[in-house]
Amino acid sequence: MIKKFDKKDEESGSGSNPFQHLEKSAVLQEARLFNETPINPRKCLHILTKIIYLLNQGEHFGTTEATEAFFAMTRLFQSNDQTLRRMCYLTIKEMANISEDVIIVTSSLTKDMTGKEDVYRGPAIRALCRITDTTMLQAIERYMKQAIVDKVPSVSSSALVSSLHMVKMSFDVVKRWVNEAQEAASSDNIMVQYHALGLLYHLRKNDRLAVTKMLNKFTKSGLKSPFAYCMMIRIASKLLEETEAGHDSPMFDFIESCLRNKHEMVVYEAASAIVHMPNCTARELAPAVSVLQLFCSSPKAALRYAAVRTLNKVAMKHPSAVTACNLDLENLITDSNRSIATLAITTLLKTGSESSVDRLMKQISSFVSEISDEFKVVVVQAISALCQKYPRKHSVMMSFLSNMLRDDGGFEYKRAIVDCIISIIEENPESKETGLAHLCEFIEDCEHTVLATKILHMLGKEGPRTPTPSKYIRFIFNRVVLESEAVRAAAVSALAKFGAQNDDLLPSVLVLMQRCMMDSDDEVRDRATFYMNVLQQKQKALNAAYIFNGLSVSVPGLEKTLHQYTLEPSEKPFDMKTVPLATAPITEQKTEIAPVATSKLPERLAPSRQDIYQEQLAAIPEFQGLGPLFKSSEPVQLTEAETEYVVRCIKHTFANHMIFQFDCTNTLNDQLLQRVQVQMEPSESYEVLHNVPAPNLPYSQPNSCYSLVRLPEDDPTAVSCTFSCTMKYLVRDCDPNTGDPEDDGYDDEYVLEDLEVTVADHIQKVLKPNFGAAWEEIGDELEKEETFALATVRTLDEAVNNIISFLGMQPCERSDKVPENKNSHVLFLAGVFRGGHDVLVRARLALADGVTMQVTVRSTDENVVDVILASVG
Amino acid sequence: MDSAAVEPSLYTVKAVFILDNDGNRLLSKYYDPELYPSMKEQKNFETNIFNKTHKADNEISFLEGMTIVYKSSIDLFFYVVGSAQENELMLMAVLNCLFESLSQMLRKNVEKRTLLDNMDGVFLVVDEIIDGGVILESDPQQVIEKVNYRADDNPLSEQSVAQVLQSAKEQIKWSILK
Repeated sequence: MIKKFDKKDEESGSGSNPFQHLEKSAVLQEARLFNETPINPRKCLHILTKIIYLLNQGEHFGTTEATEAFFAMTRLFQSNDQTLRRMCYLTIKEMANISEDVIIVTSSLTKDMTGKEDVYRGPAIRALCRITDTTMLQAIERYMKQAIVDKVPSVSSSALVSSLHMVKMSFDVVKRWVNEAQEAASSDNIMVQYHALGLLYHLRKNDRLAVTKMLNKFTKSGLKSPFAYCMMIRIASKLLEETEAGHDSPMFDFIESCLRNKHEMVVYEAASAIVHMPNCTARELAPAVSVLQLFCSSPKAALRYAAVRTLNKVAMKHPSAVTACNLDLENLITDSNRSIATLAITTLLKTGSESSVDRLMKQISSFVSEISDEFKVVVVQAISALCQKYPRKHSVMMSFLSNMLRDDGGFEYKRAIVDCIISIIEENPESKETGLAHLCEFIEDCEHTVLATKILHMLGKEGPRTPTPSKYIRFIFNRVVLESEAVRAAAVSALAKFGAQNDDLLPSVLVLMQRCMMDSDDEVRDRATFYMNVLQQKQKALNAAYIFNGLSVSVPGLEKTLHQYTLEPSEKPFDMKTVPLATAPITEQKTEIAPVATSKLPERLAPSRQDIYQEQLAAIPEFQGLGPLFKSSEPVQLTEAETEYVVRCIKHTFANHMIFQFDCTNTLNDQLLQRVQVQMEPSESYEVLHNVPAPNLPYSQPNSCYSLVRLPEDDPTAVSCTFSCTMKYLVRDCDPNTGDPEDDGYDDEYVLEDLEVTVADHIQKVLKPNFGAAWEEIGDELEKEETFALATVRTLDEAVNNIISFLGMQPCERSDKVPENKNSHVLFLAGVFRGGHDVLVRARLALADGVTMQVTVRSTDENVVDVILASVG
Repeated sequence: MDSAAVEPSLYTVKAVFILDNDGNRLLSKYYDPELYPSMKEQKNFETNIFNKTHKADNEISFLEGMTIVYKSSIDLFFYVVGSAQENELMLMAVLNCLFESLSQMLRKNVEKRTLLDNMDGVFLVVDEIIDGGVILESDPQQVIEKVNYRADDNPLSEQSVAQVLQSAKEQIKWSILK
């Protein structure tokens, strides 16, 4: 017993931390020892170590006590003990921000930096630069210049790195040392070379020409340092990207030649640079991929990790390029480093064939619990991509995902899974019931409000249309009983959808609603009361308008118009049609499957692009009184990419007007353009009312000019028009170096490409979650139908895409996806026509020799129906 | 847009730290003021990383959007942290240099007690390898030469002088008594 005790005591003694129970006040007390003569280096060293240790542990030092200790420390410069002096430098650096008057050590440090002891010089320079500001920097400038070109590598390196730190603070001073840095760059020492290159780049990075020159020089003379090579590769690839130079440029050749460097670090950097270049061809990728393939079998984990991570990136864009590595990747599946194994499997999932999916999934589920959340998200995203590629495998994926959903995990991870299941449900009608069942199970025990509400919304949308809707009611109503306010409110909305869609469930839903009306939360009660009353009317149109398809206006826009309305009291009731519409959400699938650095910024509700335009246009006095902005188009290029002036146009549609916004960029550095405007010649009875010129257009600073056009009122069917455009401006030549323009200029003009206005510019996309209900709501009073033959179109997919892009309407019910091997298809499109009239289009397509199309249009306005049919024809 | 354009820069290392086998911080330096500015965030980060890494000696990992290379020795854990786009092999070079330098300085006794006994030397080694996030030196031999630090495994300290005196006294006493 005693023996055991002894042993334990000894163990804790040997492993204990001599610094563990340090008291700040006691240490500062000890620091008085610094003032004793003669100085005891050993004791003082120990005290300094304690101070630095405390600072490192996050101990807070007050300004007074820090200053006191700092001043006491300065006395230690009298000692010649090397380690003690070095610790003084460290203390100076650590205390530079917390103590006052640290500059009193300047002279001691300057003495050390220029002294004979080489061991002191480098660290002294670094400590000195840490406490120096711009004004004092000029005083030591002479010493710094000497130090940069010093023949002792540590001195030169220290001076270069310290200069680099000071570039941020005093760029103008450090810029004067460029010649010295240049000299240091040809040093034999590898670190000096690296640091000199880094400093030179930071000083010159705004001058593309100088960077190119520097790069040429070093690629010719060659470098010794692998670090410097890595730096050069980064500079070269950045330059390539900026200049958009082709891959035949000497810079690309340099990067490619680095693939044969003898340092693995350089080879990897080069391979990674090539992989990350936009629009690389498969042939250019091949050498990079083959070195990465070699790295896959390296004994070093870091190298294997780097290789497979980069291959994973390649696989996203060029899966075929990675197929050659499949065998090597297979070997990595069982790697003891789970990060490597996960990356290997997800890469294989992208490159492999359908037959290997089952095996890979089995493999991955064996260790999914061991990997970090970041990588779990990677796995889920890979599965999501796979489901789109091989829809038939959805049952394997679904069971895998549901298992993952049961495991522990953070919010990001759960959200990725839920998103993935939802997208599978939307893509595959067969998987709907199993998917919904898994989600129901998940919300029974879900701590994330956002996910619970999202799933409830999904249940409300899809549940009523399944064969047995009644089984979901229990899950939803459980939420009403158990959860927080936000979830309860979402559950009520979901319940209402069941009641509206299924007549036999309606009585029970009404009973449940009744109970919800006694909820303690306002929002929940309000929703319940509202839905209760709507449901009791038992009218299809009401259900469609208020339960299935909610408001389609932009929320910031609604807020602004309501605010405006309250400011100007009027007799008229508030008109919903004056509110700008919400742009339909872009349902583009994200294919980013790399572990992306999660940004720590809180997500704000960003105003949509259209809200920003609305704001900008409202600021121009000529454009007052046009009403709300109805739609803004994507930018249209009116010039070739490589011309003197680059112009693109954005079309803004209002109720009776259009504004054309021309974003112009001047790419000539010896010209200043003034009074820039675009002259528009319409082909139809469109009338150009105003031109708002851009007052100045200096080199490479984009500016916008505008034209206001009135749409023909007498002929509402004239929706398409072609404008021939000419840019007119005053040129003033200027000195490319200084940018000063000459006094007088001359008028000139530049012919732009024609601009088309089509029917799509008059229609805003609106997503109707329940198309059938909306179709019934509008009714068939203004219905028109016509049949067309599309002779030039060969497939249904092509026809669907053409119609969507031509009409600019939102496909609903996922009808934009044509199932494989079908000869007929029905496309549902929804939108709002300029002026606020709902338009719905149903296009039945049949594939025979060409594609035959029967278009049925319903709208609240007769003209609109005619316009659509006329423009299709 | 994660890694298409990495701004070429010498600032490679975001942080470096040494933890003991309970995950306590022995030394840590953060070079990017935007990364975990407060002590609390830093310690959270360290604990999180320690929990994810101390069980398996895997050398490299990706956590909280950072590439982390690490190495353990007896009861110590060494970590070097870089951004997600950083060249993993560069970080590895830093880690290896740190470990080799300490190993040489501590005469291969890379364990907690020896490390703490020579903490001043450890601070100096880290200072010579990384300066404000820039790799200053990557060759352990050079680092050791520059630091020029002698680890004392059996120091002739005041205490031992006292012991010598004590034993001398004893001897004299015995000789008188004889």
